[in-house]
Amino acid sequence: MKSRSNLERVLAAGHFALTGELGPPQSASAEVIRKKAEYYKGCVDAVNITDNQTAIVRMSSIASAAILVGLGLDPIMQMTCRDRNRIAMQSDVLGAYALGINNILCLTGDHQSFGNHPTSKNVYDLDSVQLIHMVRTMRDEKRFLSGDELKAEPRMFIGAAENPFADPFEYRVVRLAKKVAAGADFIQTQAVFDIPRFSRWMEMVRGRGLHERVYILAGVIPVKSARALEYMKNEVPGMSVPDELIRRMEAAGDPKEEGVKIAVETIQQLREIPGVAGIHLMPMMWEAIAPVVAERAGLLPRPAPLAAGLEPASGGPSEGA
Amino acid sequence: MIVAERKSLDEILAMLQGCSRVLVVGCGTCVTVCMAGGEKEVGVLASLLRLAAQREGRTVEIGEATIERQCEWEFVDELAPAIRRYDAVLSMGCGAGVQTIAQRFGGVRVLPALNTKFIGIPEKQGMWVEMCLGCGDCVLDRTGGICPIARCSKGLLNGPCGGSQGGKCEVSKDTDCAWQLIYDRLASLGRLDLLETEFAPKDWSKNRDGGPRKVLREEVML
Repeated sequence: MKSRSNLERVLAAGHFALTGELGPPQSASAEVIRKKAEYYKGCVDAVNITDNQTAIVRMSSIASAAILVGLGLDPIMQMTCRDRNRIAMQSDVLGAYALGINNILCLTGDHQSFGNHPTSKNVYDLDSVQLIHMVRTMRDEKRFLSGDELKAEPRMFIGAAENPFADPFEYRVVRLAKKVAAGADFIQTQAVFDIPRFSRWMEMVRGRGLHERVYILAGVIPVKSARALEYMKNEVPGMSVPDELIRRMEAAGDPKEEGVKIAVETIQQLREIPGVAGIHLMPMMWEAIAPVVAERAGLLPRPAPLAAGLEPASGGPSEGA
Repeated sequence: MIVAERKSLDEILAMLQGCSRVLVVGCGTCVTVCMAGGEKEVGVLASLLRLAAQREGRTVEIGEATIERQCEWEFVDELAPAIRRYDAVLSMGCGAGVQTIAQRFGGVRVLPALNTKFIGIPEKQGMWVEMCLGCGDCVLDRTGGICPIARCSKGLLNGPCGGSQGGKCEVSKDTDCAWQLIYDRLASLGRLDLLETEFAPKDWSKNRDGGPRKVLREEVML
C-alpha cells in the first residue's frame, strides 16, 4: 500500500467505494464539523473536506480534516492551487500527514471572483497536475520540489478531480491521463446527471486503459428541488443537466424524495459502467441525506475501517479492481 | 502595445486638490494608439479640468504638452524648460511614463491620469484585449501561439480547468477559454501531441516574483 488510507485499502480490496463530501463552516466552530461527521460515520469509506469551495472563506480543510481524524474517520483533504504557492503547499502536506491525514485531493480551485473576496489576488503558482506530481515526488522519491531530500515522507493517497462535462470534451481524457502520469491514485469526477455523456467519457478512459491505472469515483449530488438543478445547469460552469431531470423534479409531489430517488438510480446506473470503482457523494451542505442515499443504493454496510496501527499487504488498482 | 484607460474625472480631481497650475502631458506612442493618453485625450482632459475649476469658481492654469515617448529620456527632456512652473504634472502616459518623468525631475509632483492595464491588442474598434503578461519565459512555441499565462484566468499550464464550457471561461461568458483556443489551434496544426506531456512548474523568478527585472546587454552599452 502507498498509504494508511482507509479508502486505498477498500479500493485495493476490490470493494465498490463510497466517499462523501463535507463542507466546513464559515466559522470557527468545531462542533459543526463533529455534527456533520456523525452522518458519515459507518456510511462512507472516506470524507472529502472542501478547501474554501467557491472561494468563500471557511474553516481550513487541514484543520477540519484533523478533527475527522480524531473522530475515527478517514478524511480526504482537498487542496486548491488558488490560495497557496509551492512553499505553503508542501508545508501543509507535511503538516497534514503529521496530523494523521492520509488522503489529499489536488484541485485547481474555483476562481476567486465567485466568492466573497473577489478583490483578492490568486496564486496558481502550480496547477493541479503539477501539484499531484509534487506530492507524488514527496511521497515516492522523498524529495521536495526543489530536489532537497525529505527525511520522513508524507505517505498520502493522492486524488485528483476530472470533469467529463467540461470542454473541450475530447481533451478531458488527455488531461486525466496527464494526472495519472503525474501520480494520481484516484479520481473523483464532477457530479453526473448526464449519464450518456459520462458513458462516452468512460469509453475514452477505457480506450486509454486509464481505468486500470487509477480508481475512478463518479460524483453524485442528491438535489432537493428543480430550482437547484436549474441553478446548476445555468449558473455552475462545467455542469451538464438534462432537461428531463428538471421536468421530473418539477412534477414531483415530494421533491426531496424525488431527489433521493434520482441519486439512487444514478448510482445504480454508474455502477454498471465498466471502470467505475466507486461513488463520490456531494450533498452540498445536505450531509444528513448521505446515509439515506447510501442505504437505498445498497451501499451499506461499508467494509469495517482498519484498526489503528495495522497495515494490510500491498496492492494496486490492477490487483484490486 | 501597452493598453491603458483614463481614471475617472473625480479621481483625477481628488488627486489635484490644492493645485492651481497643472501640466497635462500626453504620450505619442502606445497610449495614443489605444486612445487613452495622446494629444487628443490631453486636450479633452485639460478642458474638463478647466470646466471643473470654473464651476467651483477657481482660477487654474492648465498646460498641455504631448511628447513622443514618456519612457525615454531624450523625449522627457523636452519638458524641462516649462515643467517647474507647475504645481503638478498630470501624466497621461503608462506607469513607465509617469515614473520616467518623476525620476527625471526631482521635486516635481507627478500624478497618473491613467490606469495602465496590460500588453495587448485592439481586437476591434473600441475594444482591447490582453495578450502578454511579460512573464519573462515565453511558452508560445508549445501552446500554438496562444498564451495561457496571460489569457487563462488561472494561468494554467496543463490544460483547461473544469470550468471551461462551450469555449468560454468560468469567470465570464464574455471571455474565451484560452485552453479551448489552444486546443482548437493545435488541432488545426496537427500538433495535439504537444498537450499530452506535463508542463513542469514555471520558474516565476523570471517574472516579477524575482523582484524588479532588468535586461542588461553589454554589446549595446556605451
